[in-house]
Amino acid sequence: MDVKTGLFYVFSTVLLFAAFRVITARNPVHAVLYLVLAFFQAAMVWMLLKAEFLSIALVLVYVGAVMVLFLFVVMMLDINIDSIRKGFWKHFPLAALMGVVIALEMAAVMMKGFRLGEPLAAPSAMGQAAAQVSNTKELGKVLYLQYVYPLEVAAAILLVAMIAAIALTLRQRKDTKYTSPSDQVRVKSKDRLSVLKMSATQVAPAQQEAEPTTENKA
Amino acid sequence: MTLTLGHFLSLGAILFALSVIGIFLNRKNLIVLLMAIELMLLAVNTNFVAFSYYLGDMHGQIFVFFILTVAAAESAIGLALLVLLFRNKSSINVDELNTLKG
Repeated sequence: MDVKTGLFYVFSTVLLFAAFRVITARNPVHAVLYLVLAFFQAAMVWMLLKAEFLSIALVLVYVGAVMVLFLFVVMMLDINIDSIRKGFWKHFPLAALMGVVIALEMAAVMMKGFRLGEPLAAPSAMGQAAAQVSNTKELGKVLYLQYVYPLEVAAAILLVAMIAAIALTLRQRKDTKYTSPSDQVRVKSKDRLSVLKMSATQVAPAQQEAEPTTENKA
Repeated sequence: MTLTLGHFLSLGAILFALSVIGIFLNRKNLIVLLMAIELMLLAVNTNFVAFSYYLGDMHGQIFVFFILTVAAAESAIGLALLVLLFRNKSSINVDELNTLKG
C-alpha cells in the first residue's frame, strides 16, 4: 500500500463521515460546517486524481462562496428544530436498506468492472506525464478552444441566477419616499413651469387703494 | 495494492447513497435537502474526475466545471426561495407547503 492509497483511504473516510454527519446533524449550522469538511475532503481526493484546477476551484468557489452563503442563510433563519426532527428516524430502516443496496450494487459492479490501475492515457492529452504542462493550461485550452459557446451559456446562467436571486429576495419598504422614473419621464415642461403674461409697469398704489373691490374680484 | 478506478467510483457510489438516505431522513427540513443535493452533485463530480484521470480525457473535467457552475446557480436560487418561504411562512417545514394542493 503506497502513500497515495493511504491518503485516499484517509480522505474518503473523513469524507464519508462528514457526509453522514451532514444528513444526521441536529443543528443545521453543524450540518453546514460538516458539509464544508466534506467538500474539502473531496477537493483533496480530486487532487489525488491530478485535477488541480478543479480541486482549487472547489475550495475557493464552493467552500468560499456557496457554503458561506448556506451558513448565512442558516444563521439568518430561525429554525424550529423540534418540529422538523419529528419522525426523523421513522423511515430510517427503509432509507438505510435502500442506501446499502445502492452502495453495494454500485460498488460490486465498479470494483469488478473497473480494475484500471494506471491511467491508459496518451500522456500529452492529459498533460500529467509531462510535468511542465499544467492541468490548468490544458483545461483552459480545451475550454476556450472547443467549449467557448457552452462557456458563454454558463456565464448567462450565472447572470440569470444572480438576477433571479436578487429579484426574489428584494423587498420594497412601504414607508420610504421614492421617485417613480416612469412618471418623471412622462412629465411635460408645461406641468412644471407656467409662463405668466403681465405688464411691465404696475399701477400706482394710490390708485389701487381707490378701487379695492375690483382688485379682489380679479 | 494500488488505487484503481473502481475505488473512486465506489467512493462516489457510497457518497451518493448517503445523500439518498439524507433526502429520506430530512424530508421535512428544506435546507438539509439542499445540502444533500449538493452532496449528490459532489459524488457525480468525483466520478467524472476519476474517469477523466483514468481514461486520459480532459473533457470530463470540463463537464465538472459546468456542473459546478450550474450547481452554484441552483443553490443560490434555492436559498433565495428558502428565504422567501421563511419570510412568508415563518418556517421551512416542507409539510406546510401545501398551498397548491387541489
